[in-house]
Amino acid sequence: MESPFRSEEAAFRFLLVTIGAFALIVVASWISTWLGLVVFVVLTAGAIWAYMRQSGPRAPRTHVEHVGPEDEQRVLVIANETVGGEELLAAVGERALATRTRFLVVCPALSSRLRTWTSDEDEGRAAAQERLDATLTRLASLGIAAEGQVGDLDPLVAIEDAVRTFHPDEIVVSTHPEGRSNWLERGLVDAARAEFDVPVAHVVVDLDAAGRRRDG
Amino acid sequence: MTSHAEALHEHHGPPAANRSSRVDARVLGMLLFIGSEIMLFGSFFTVYFFVRVVNPTAPSTWPPPPYHFPVFVAGVNTAILVTSSFTMHWALQSIKRGHRAGFLAGMVLTFAMGAAFLTTQIVEYLHVGFNTSAGAFASVFFGLTGLHGAHVFVGLTLLAMVTIRGFRGHFSPEHHHGVELPGIYWHFVDVMWIVVYTTVYLI
Repeated sequence: MESPFRSEEAAFRFLLVTIGAFALIVVASWISTWLGLVVFVVLTAGAIWAYMRQSGPRAPRTHVEHVGPEDEQRVLVIANETVGGEELLAAVGERALATRTRFLVVCPALSSRLRTWTSDEDEGRAAAQERLDATLTRLASLGIAAEGQVGDLDPLVAIEDAVRTFHPDEIVVSTHPEGRSNWLERGLVDAARAEFDVPVAHVVVDLDAAGRRRDG
Repeated sequence: MTSHAEALHEHHGPPAANRSSRVDARVLGMLLFIGSEIMLFGSFFTVYFFVRVVNPTAPSTWPPPPYHFPVFVAGVNTAILVTSSFTMHWALQSIKRGHRAGFLAGMVLTFAMGAAFLTTQIVEYLHVGFNTSAGAFASVFFGLTGLHGAHVFVGLTLLAMVTIRGFRGHFSPEHHHGVELPGIYWHFVDVMWIVVYTTVYLI
C-alpha cells in the first residue's frame, strides 16, 4: 500500500480527493442524515479498498560492490530445508572448482508467524543451525571451506542482511521444486533479482526424488 | 543505494543499520509524525461525536440555540486555505522545474493565505458570541478548531523558513526536500481542516 502522504504530489492529490469526497458527504447529509452516513461509510470503504489495492513502492536496486582480492569471488547461498541437497552441493562444488571462491551459507530460521511474534524462535533457529552445521561439515569433507549463519525468518531480509556484510558477487537461492516451495510462491527469486544487481542463480533441490533414489 | 566496499575489511564495529524500510528516512519521519497527528485529531473527534451524538443529553440542533457558527466566514476561510494548497503545489512544481520566480511567488502566496486563514480564525473567535464556558459544544468547538489553528501556526512557521531560505537561494531542482516536507505537512493541515469544517460547521 502506498501512503497518501508519501510525497507532496501524493498529498496534494489526496487533498483534492478529500475535498470531492466531503462535498458529496455534505450534500448527502443535507438531503438526509442517514444518506450522509451511508455516503461517508461507502466513500471511506472505497478509499481504503483503493489504497490497499495499490502496490507498494519498488525498492531501489541495491548495488553490491565487489570486495576483497580481484580474483576472488564471493557466493552467498540461501537455503533452508534444501541446504544439504545434492543439487545445491553440486552447484557449490562447480563454483569452487571454477575460481577462487568464498562461500557464505545462510539458513533462514523457519518459524511460524505466531512463534515469531511471541519471540518463540529458539526451536526454529536451533533446527536451522543444525542443518547449517551438517552442510558446512559436508562441504568441508568435499574440500570446500564455507562460512555459515542462521538468518532472518524472511528469506529476503536474510539475504539483505548477508549482502550488507558479505558483499557477494553472486547469490544462489536453493528451493524445493515449483509447487512445493513456499519461497517460490512468494516470488523470492524474482524479488532478489529485482533488488540486487548481482547474478541470482536458482537451484532446485528435489529431496523427495533424492530419497526415492536412496531407497531404490 | 550502495553497499560500501570498505565495510568488510576497514570498518570496525557493527555494520551500518540495514534500512529495511523502502521509504526515505525523512519522508518516513513525516509519515510517522502525521500518523501521530491523526491519532491526536482522532481523540478530539471522538470527544466531538460523543458530545454531539452519543451523549444522552445531546442537543437536537447543532450548535444548541441560541448559538450559531459563522458558517459563511469559515467557508471563505476554507476556500483561502484550500487555495493555499494549490499555491504550495505550484511552488514545489516550480522549483522542480527550476522556475525560481514561480517558486518564490508560490511560497509568498501560500504563507500570506495561511496567515489570512489564521487571522480570520482569531477574529472569528473574538466575534463568535460564546466562550468555552458556554457548554460542552463550545469546548469541543474551540478544542477542535484551536487544535487545527495550532497546526496552521506550526505550518506557517515552516513556510516562513522555506520562504526565507528560498529567497537566500537554498533550493534548486536537485535539492528541494526542504520544500517537499513542509508541503506534505501543509496539505495534511488542509485535509484536516476539510474534515473539521465539514463535521463542525456544515453537518
